[in-house]
Amino acid sequence: MYDAIIIGAGLSGLAAGVRLAHFGRRVLILERHYAIGGLNSYYRLDGRNYDVGLHAVTNFRPKGAKTGPLPRLLRQLRLSWDDFALAEQIGSKIVFPSTALDFSNDPALLQSQIAERFPKQIDGFRRLTAELLDYDAIDTPAARASAREAVGRQISDPMLLEMLFCPIMFYGGANPHDIDFGQFSILFRSIFLEGLARPPAGIRAILKKLVRRFKELGGELRLRAGVQHLAPKSDEVRVVLDDADELSARQILSSAGWCETVRMCDAAANLSAGANAAVASNEVPGEQPADADPPSGQLSFLESVSTLDALPAELGYPQTIVFFNDSPQFHWERPQEPVDVRSGVVCSPNNFVYSDPDSAPSEGSIRLTALANFDHWNNLPDAEYAAAKQHWYERLVASAVRFIADFRAHVVAVDVFTPKTIRRFTGHDNGAVYGAPKKRFDGTTALKNVFLCGTDQGLVGIIGAMTSGILMANRLLSGGSRSAESS
Amino acid sequence: MTAAEIRSAILEILSDILPDEDLSELKDDVPLREQIELDSMDFLDIVMELRKRYRIQIPEDDYIHMATLGGTVEYLEPRMKDVAAHG
Repeated sequence: MYDAIIIGAGLSGLAAGVRLAHFGRRVLILERHYAIGGLNSYYRLDGRNYDVGLHAVTNFRPKGAKTGPLPRLLRQLRLSWDDFALAEQIGSKIVFPSTALDFSNDPALLQSQIAERFPKQIDGFRRLTAELLDYDAIDTPAARASAREAVGRQISDPMLLEMLFCPIMFYGGANPHDIDFGQFSILFRSIFLEGLARPPAGIRAILKKLVRRFKELGGELRLRAGVQHLAPKSDEVRVVLDDADELSARQILSSAGWCETVRMCDAAANLSAGANAAVASNEVPGEQPADADPPSGQLSFLESVSTLDALPAELGYPQTIVFFNDSPQFHWERPQEPVDVRSGVVCSPNNFVYSDPDSAPSEGSIRLTALANFDHWNNLPDAEYAAAKQHWYERLVASAVRFIADFRAHVVAVDVFTPKTIRRFTGHDNGAVYGAPKKRFDGTTALKNVFLCGTDQGLVGIIGAMTSGILMANRLLSGGSRSAESS
Repeated sequence: MTAAEIRSAILEILSDILPDEDLSELKDDVPLREQIELDSMDFLDIVMELRKRYRIQIPEDDYIHMATLGGTVEYLEPRMKDVAAHG
């Protein structure tokens, strides 16, 4: 029997695995897919390396910094700054119809841009920044307030408010229109105050580092091992795999998503969940009760990678990331159309400050992401799928080049993934990138030996995902029994 | 373990958790948090490392005794007197 079985070899599951294995637990990570990473993954196609998922690592802190989520995470995983060797962004931009705001990893740039373009708003923006800094994600995980209301108290210009929401929703908005102010604070700080960076080799550098560390510590990882269902007993959970193999563990830590995990549990266990609900009694008002049926998320993406015959900067695209929106109002909702091309995120992996030029990506590429409708892509007949991807890729690029240099003549290869792809790799209902609209900030479920980590535990981004795994591993370590000690 | 052995065991844990901190000047009677960057997760890490390495369980109510290096040694001394120092 394992001390813990972790479902999902994404960033949260791997970080949790490292932490548990470090403290002597017997840990197995199960990954349904043949590749690790989940939402943030990588693959090779026609001789090229591709990344899926977030465009950049947020929460950048320079080498030697001791405070903030990144240094804390490195300490908890016993990694050094050089293990990720993050290259900082060059500079990014939020572009709306009549105005734009530049920002970089120096928060003074965004402040001066707002002072120049929205002079009446700068005092409110400064007050908002101060308010956000007081918020600590670890000490107060759930602020339980509408970010639109809280930000609206300081920012009265509706377009500036939409401009600030655009990057934040793209990088972590699980709900349509609005976001919890606590989560807004975490994202605002991670994007605008700490900033964006990238490991020179992309997400694979981080994932491989975590896997290596996990295995060095004695952890086991099984790929192509999907969980069919969980049968919780009093002191253990029986885990039945898709191939009918059976395993057992004292505790389960699932990154599969909240509703997805609840569904894995035996119907009989769900019936008795009400009786066990007292275990997870530290309910926060407004938070979903642990034994309720949590709703699924609805927001998914179409993502594309265009490989170019030149570097983006040579083609007139010097920015790291551009968030564009073609009207004063930003719409963060499940689109009626297959893809919502009105708004999107453009990112070039080339446009980071690589200290070693040889470590920079050799080919130019531009990634482009926009909201998409899961049902449309999921119901599309196989025969029409490839053509639809090409059609909507072209429409999305045509929309984006209204705001950035037209790179279309330089495209030598394209890969596109849809909400259906995201569903397949993350297991999230509806390919919901940021998971369920309701979060379980304490990671508990109605079952005393089943816990959640990852996006439905409420932390987002690459650093947030790993921090979620660490927090939940620490919870298991401080509470649960341990075979090595009891035997 | 003697008080001196416990002190060096704690310093070893601190240097594993905080590899970038200079611990050579650490004062025994000044709160650790005033001398080095140590947040609540790091503090919990010290407790967890003590449990892993020496099988010492420290109840949460006793964390208050561990604010300084000297206080921690004093608190642990009776609890670790039968623990063998790591070779």
